[in-house]
Amino acid sequence: MSNTSLTPGVVPGRLAAEAYARNFADAAPRLGRHEAMVAADRCYFCFDAPCTTACPTSIDIPLFIRQIATGTPDAAAKTIFAQNIMGGMCARVCPTETLCEEACVREAAEGKPVEIGRLQRYATDGLMAQAGHPFTRAAATGKSVAVVGAGPAGLACAHRLAMKGHAVQVYDARPKPGGLNEYGLATYKTADDFAQAEVDWLLRIGGITLHQGVSLGREVALADLRASHDAVFLGVGLAGVNGLRVPGEDLKNVRNAVDFIAELRQAGDYSSLPVGRDVVVIGGGMTAVDAAVQARLLGAETVTIVYRRGQEKMSASGYEQNHATSSGVRIICNAAPVALHGTGAVTEVEFAHTVDEPGGLRLTDQTFRLAADQVFKAIGQSLVGAPEGLALQAGKIVVDAAGRTTLPGIWAGGDCATGGEDLTVTAVAQGRDAAEDIHASIS
Amino acid sequence: MANLASTFIGIKSPNPFWLASAPPTDKAYNVERAFEAGWGGVVWKTLGLDGPPVVNVSGPRYGAIWGADRRLLGLNNIELITDRPLQVNLDEIKAVKRKWRDRALVISLMVPCDEESWKGILARIEDTEADGVELNFGCPHGMAERGMGSAVGQVPEYIEMVTRWVKQHSRMPCIVKLTPNISDIRKPAEAAKRGGADAVSLINTINSITSVNLDDFAPEPMIDGKGTHGGYCGPAVKPIALNMVAEIARHPATRGLPISGIGGVSTWRDAAEFMALGAGNVQVCTAVMTYGFKIVSEMISGLSDYMDRKGFASVDDLVGRAVPNVTDWQFLNLNYVTKAQIDQTSCIKCGRCHIACEDTSHQAIAVSPERVFTVKDEDCVACNLCVDVCPVENCITMVPLAKGSVDPRTGRRVGDYGNWTTHPNNPSVAAE
Ligand SMILES: Cc1cc2nc3c(=O)[nH]c(=O)nc-3n(C[C@H](O)[C@H](O)[C@H](O)COP(=O)(O)OP(=O)(O)OC[C@H]3O[C@@H](n4cnc5c(N)ncnc54)[C@H](O)[C@@H]3O)c2cc1C
Ligand SMILES: Cc1cc2nc3c(=O)[nH]c(=O)nc-3n(C[C@H](O)[C@H](O)[C@H](O)COP(=O)(O)O)c2cc1C
Ligand code: SF4
Ligand code: SF4
Ligand code: SF4
Repeated sequence: MSNTSLTPGVVPGRLAAEAYARNFADAAPRLGRHEAMVAADRCYFCFDAPCTTACPTSIDIPLFIRQIATGTPDAAAKTIFAQNIMGGMCARVCPTETLCEEACVREAAEGKPVEIGRLQRYATDGLMAQAGHPFTRAAATGKSVAVVGAGPAGLACAHRLAMKGHAVQVYDARPKPGGLNEYGLATYKTADDFAQAEVDWLLRIGGITLHQGVSLGREVALADLRASHDAVFLGVGLAGVNGLRVPGEDLKNVRNAVDFIAELRQAGDYSSLPVGRDVVVIGGGMTAVDAAVQARLLGAETVTIVYRRGQEKMSASGYEQNHATSSGVRIICNAAPVALHGTGAVTEVEFAHTVDEPGGLRLTDQTFRLAADQVFKAIGQSLVGAPEGLALQAGKIVVDAAGRTTLPGIWAGGDCATGGEDLTVTAVAQGRDAAEDIHASIS
Repeated sequence: MANLASTFIGIKSPNPFWLASAPPTDKAYNVERAFEAGWGGVVWKTLGLDGPPVVNVSGPRYGAIWGADRRLLGLNNIELITDRPLQVNLDEIKAVKRKWRDRALVISLMVPCDEESWKGILARIEDTEADGVELNFGCPHGMAERGMGSAVGQVPEYIEMVTRWVKQHSRMPCIVKLTPNISDIRKPAEAAKRGGADAVSLINTINSITSVNLDDFAPEPMIDGKGTHGGYCGPAVKPIALNMVAEIARHPATRGLPISGIGGVSTWRDAAEFMALGAGNVQVCTAVMTYGFKIVSEMISGLSDYMDRKGFASVDDLVGRAVPNVTDWQFLNLNYVTKAQIDQTSCIKCGRCHIACEDTSHQAIAVSPERVFTVKDEDCVACNLCVDVCPVENCITMVPLAKGSVDPRTGRRVGDYGNWTTHPNNPSVAAE
């Protein structure tokens, strides 16, 4: 190990081999049987359960927890998958503290919700480790549907359509399927190549053909897809990244956080990944937190998240923020970048303190500088290359509750479409619901 | 998904899960909600004579026992039979049965102990198209003082007599519901069979006082300063019910008499246990009163999974499967020797096994200065107490000694099957 956390610049190998293994191991491993039983025992089997209402895919949480409690975790898994075919990934990555667990009546009563996410993982991991698949395809209908994007929205849509007996062709620009499950989510939430394992498991339903490396607008046009299929679903996510639009953005070692994260997810060997000594992350969402925490896990000496508004407005949950700070990340709020400095490579970022006023955010003339040999931009992603003719609103494809776009025969869901938060679980819900509507309209 | 369809004394239902005669089955509103949730059948809340309906207390009807996290473990009630007019019930029963042809609907009855009363009520229910009747000889409070319910159920001759009247005056299948408030459950079951019953169902509730108010000095539930004994039910009564079901299932005089198992059934597993001990189906009351009708989803998925795992084609493959293995103490193998064994990797060193054995059993668990707990085979009598008090499941297991090996406690070799009836210490053996 030639480098340490103190080595200046952006260099690989800051840590010992064991440290990498430890840092990127499964953050919250599967509960043991006894732990699961104790956790399940706390559920009250609520009427019209608030946790279920809070789940974007409406999983019957009291039922699946009771099934765990009565010693039938496989039945619990089926209850989960019936609503959410990516229940395995969602169990790992859902911000449960703002979804089901926030709504749990025991959160209100005791500040300690039933551990729904971990119980969900307990059940789904168990069933997914077994041979076979919990669902079977209906008889082939002879209909075919094109799904663009193999992220959670596209795959959830494809699975539901395949289950109904339709033939599904999935087109995705990237080399591997999974979307941000494969290229985005934090490494320690998706250990042991779970994203690919989940895709393989999901495809066991049959009737789905993946075409990786095929981009809509490049290798294939919407008109062709419409002509050759009975329906088209767009689940292309947000492929673009918002820029800072301040001087110095082009300096070396100033990067998009999502690219850094994608690289991490694809890295076989974490010690080969270069990371700065002093890292600054600009943004306030999950991407900012994931980039910052993982920079620390790679051995960065100081990592600072700088967010332009107040802490309460950060879209990363309180839980995520705590995770960041307990990983040694400093969070500075109410400061916006005004310039990046350096010759060739970045060395400093200059910020202005801000005031959040009714009229908007105002930069004050009080500024400060942070040393930075690496800067990650995490101020949001945007939709790029949306096919022409689709109505957009605030940068997203306009859809109705059933996922219909303004063009007949075309549905959309997930991050690229309006409605709901940009979360894995929301994408799954929208993909599934669009599939139901597609099924109803082509059958 | 296994086939859960059930036929009990000719009555068909899509699954063997029925609701017991109680508040959950007191009116069409509840029963239809239950059917919508997936229950296979119901026994309608007990009907009485026409005329002014019974009157319930208007204070609390229930007492309860809870676990530490307020899980309801046992419920006690002082409710009577239906307090709604007979005709209203009959009209609703008829309408519900018409609408839900595939579900079982049995009517529970309790009228005074004379032939005219029974003949009369049977005539009244004739055209409801219900699938059968259940004779409530079990209610331990309120009705018993009026010579009905468990007052009948405690006298086998009355059971036989009333059952015979019912079979004489009605073509409906007849289930006799037994009270557990009796010393030998086989006697009323035999009487029911002699009287021509198609089946027995058990248990009804157990006489009980759940708690005493230590400020007002009265039993709970307290009605204006006084309390009375009520009927106990819920998870706490399951072991008592299981034994009574097994006793009837294996008793030569009642073997083969269909049984509907009741008492503390809350999960698929409880139901499967009752069925393995000979119950053709089960009835549930307290569990739905605690959690609502939706729990049947878990019972359906759980039993189905279990049957798939076991390769059972129908519920009949399960019914009675454990009955041949229920025996009397005297036939247990006294040459079967086991020793407790502690898995040190899962032991959390709480010491509960040690103190239980040390203070109250056979001083067979040693503790080292490093808090390592080990079983002394030479002292372990294999009572199983340590297993039951250990907080870690499967940490302590009972490991059988191989045949031919020496038991370090007795110095004797483990031999072939041998029971008390032939044991040298048995005085009646020595006498021969
Ligand atoms: C760093 C990061 C961390 C996150 N962490 C969490 C988290 O912990 N929990 C959580 O719930 N959510 C998290 N999210 C959000 C979550 O990942 C997304 O909401 C979710 O993946 C959206 O799913 P999707 O299917 O709509 O889009 P994506 O997952 O983005 O998938 C879109 C797919 O479409 C393909 N595609 C794009 N354009 C084209 C085209 N023109 N032609 C063909 N294919 C195309 C892409 O290759 C991709 O495979 C995170 C996001 C990021 C960026
Ligand atoms: C409030 C209450 C009322 C009951 N009323 C009747 C009744 O009218 N007729 C009857 O046969 N059993 C009655 N029972 C007994 C139940 O049908 C059942 O036998 C008993 O509760 C045991 O089952 P469980 O442990 O599932 O509750 C009643 C039980 C309760 C709790
Ligand atoms: S809100 Fe909490 S206690 Fe109630 S059903 Fe959901 S997980 Fe269980
Ligand atoms: S359960 Fe309903 S009827 Fe009974 S006391 Fe409560 S509110 Fe009243
Ligand atoms: S009771 Fe169980 S966990 Fe506790 S010391 Fe004994 S063996 Fe170990």
